Amino acid sequence: MQLKPAKLVNILFILFFAVVLPVGNMLGWVSINSISLWGRYCCFAIAALGIDLIWGYTGIMSMCQAFFFCLGGYCIGMHLLLKATALQGQALPDFMTWNDITVLPAFWQPFHGLVPAVVLALLVPAAVAFIIGYFIFKSRIKGVYMAIITQALALSMYLLFLRNETNLGGTNGLTGFKNLLGFDLYKPHVKLGLYLVTLAMLCLSYWACYKMVHSKFGKVLQAIRDSEARVGFTAYRVLHYKLAAFVMAAMLGGLAGMLYVPQTGIITPGRMDVRASVEMLMWVALGGRGNLKGAVIGALLVNCVYSYFTSVFPQGWLFILGLLYILTVLYFDKGFLGLLEKIGAGIGIKTNPERYATGSK
Amino acid sequence: MLISAALLLIVALMELLLKINGIKSGKQAGARWVWPVLLAGMVLFFAIRIATDSSGTYIQNLFSGISLGSILILVSLGLAIVYGLAGVINMAHGEFLMIGAYTTYSVQLLFTNVLHVHSNNWFFIAALPLSFVTAGLAGLLLERLIIRHLYARPLESLLATWGVSLILIQTARSLFGDLTAVKLPEMLAGGWQVTPGLVLPYSRLFIIGLTVVVLLAVHYTLTATRLGMQIRAVTQNRSMSACLGINTRRVDAVTFFIGSGLAGLAGCAMTLIGNVVPDMGQTYIVDAFLTVVIGGVGKLLGAITAGLGIGIFSKVLEAFFEAVYGKVLILLLIMIFMQFRPRGIFPDKGRAAAD
Repeated sequence: MQLKPAKLVNILFILFFAVVLPVGNMLGWVSINSISLWGRYCCFAIAALGIDLIWGYTGIMSMCQAFFFCLGGYCIGMHLLLKATALQGQALPDFMTWNDITVLPAFWQPFHGLVPAVVLALLVPAAVAFIIGYFIFKSRIKGVYMAIITQALALSMYLLFLRNETNLGGTNGLTGFKNLLGFDLYKPHVKLGLYLVTLAMLCLSYWACYKMVHSKFGKVLQAIRDSEARVGFTAYRVLHYKLAAFVMAAMLGGLAGMLYVPQTGIITPGRMDVRASVEMLMWVALGGRGNLKGAVIGALLVNCVYSYFTSVFPQGWLFILGLLYILTVLYFDKGFLGLLEKIGAGIGIKTNPERYATGSK
Repeated sequence: MLISAALLLIVALMELLLKINGIKSGKQAGARWVWPVLLAGMVLFFAIRIATDSSGTYIQNLFSGISLGSILILVSLGLAIVYGLAGVINMAHGEFLMIGAYTTYSVQLLFTNVLHVHSNNWFFIAALPLSFVTAGLAGLLLERLIIRHLYARPLESLLATWGVSLILIQTARSLFGDLTAVKLPEMLAGGWQVTPGLVLPYSRLFIIGLTVVVLLAVHYTLTATRLGMQIRAVTQNRSMSACLGINTRRVDAVTFFIGSGLAGLAGCAMTLIGNVVPDMGQTYIVDAFLTVVIGGVGKLLGAITAGLGIGIFSKVLEAFFEAVYGKVLILLLIMIFMQFRPRGIFPDKGRAAAD
């Protein structure tokens, strides 16, 4: 049986992360902390897939993906915190007691159960994205204006979440989680399990995005990216397609946040500031825009480099990040994968050029 | 607080309904009187508040709003000119503000520690042109090294200049530390006592005055000089200007110098009312971008209206609500506003402006 190189890469990827890392952990080569770290990176990769969908394929630069990420994270965080307080026999989370709140706010009520929390973690970002997206796309805000409006939105929501009055923990965020479905979150095998679930969700999201991008729907999205006006002239409802892509990106962000919080044990507003959103865009740009593999690889790669540098050379990380931004934009338009392909073409490996759809925007 | 929120919401909803009705029935005329009425209502509302307010806090708020708006105008003016000309979004623009502020700080150090000038007025007078030039040169360097390659690719320039801003912030942090402050020059200390309860600080009056002077200078440059004519020509049609013998690269460079210099000037003014911190530019950049969005691209009058509007609105809303809710409310208002005027307050008219 002949394997295409693209398939081979997929299989190698899954083999490494689903088999080699866990087995390595059982044999004691890989510490559980680094497994958990990879789990978090996988969450980022899911969020990056969402960005690739909206930016790489539809050509809309959304600078509030980190906000959707945090919405998902806060939803599951509220559930975990309620469980933890119930375990300690308290009625209210600590920070509420400090803020002189006596009754659990109404919007916390649905989060007692895990199922509603999970559903809401997907639905809340989707609903918010739907409302915002509807108004933005309807008034034909696009390009730079879209980027600025979403950026301002991310900033104001960040400021809102910093407040104590929103009853979401203020600056400190939500933390002090104990267990999920009765499993202790700090046990190694639970961490491993969470990692595997995250990896599975990453593969699932990748597969779903892949199917979507290669369907007719995905082709219309790419057509919108390349020439929105012409798509409109051909009687496609551009608004609907853009809105659908935006909502799906937000849901991917929410999913990523939902998986992220149990693994880190904390969610703060700091995760959703403007810088976080721009960083998410950068993962995609670095890995290769308009290419789903690029988004995943970019997210994993940048975060690896980040962990490495912040431990070795903490002062220099921002310099390196800044330089990466500049160099990518100036010289590696197609990102890391584009670079690999160029090198591959240089030494004579043929790849499928059709996969690299790059727009002018 | 709740009453005011409800009031604003009702006004916005009313307007939305009116506008939708206007569109549905195919006539635009129905909406034409809405903005003036809205504005008059607001003015009346605030006038009543001010008249019934004996302690002068509302005038104080209005005044701080105007001075905040002045800084926003200074920052966003350069941003708007540069975006109109080159089609790039300069996320590092806020860092030119920071550079201007640190220039002022360095000049102060130089005057007190090296030159031993006793009066601390002179350093500020020297710092004003110096901060303009330093920030301008930094902008020129940025344009030559990076932005030149990114003309008419706004979204990518946004990412690259974001990288630049990270580098600049980190550089400032390692050079100057986390928090520094410039001493207020003696001539700007104190304030103008209007009534017993109302004092208008000289520093803020100075900022407003500076903005007026700069606006007049920019207006003069853009409308009455050869350079200004060239800038406007390149903004309208780059290739046609090049065909007619305008050295567009020189125009780009000079415009970048002026735009960044204006931000540097704003940074110098900022030292009068706040601390000097490495990421001070970041707090203003989003507001400045919103100003550009509302004011329209490359429009002096638009930038003035939008800057003042956002400045006054934030301060006044901050007085009614908490500062944060003011910000969220402003964003909400802007999004509603964008529904009606997606291309700014004073959009270009005609087919060429459509895309």
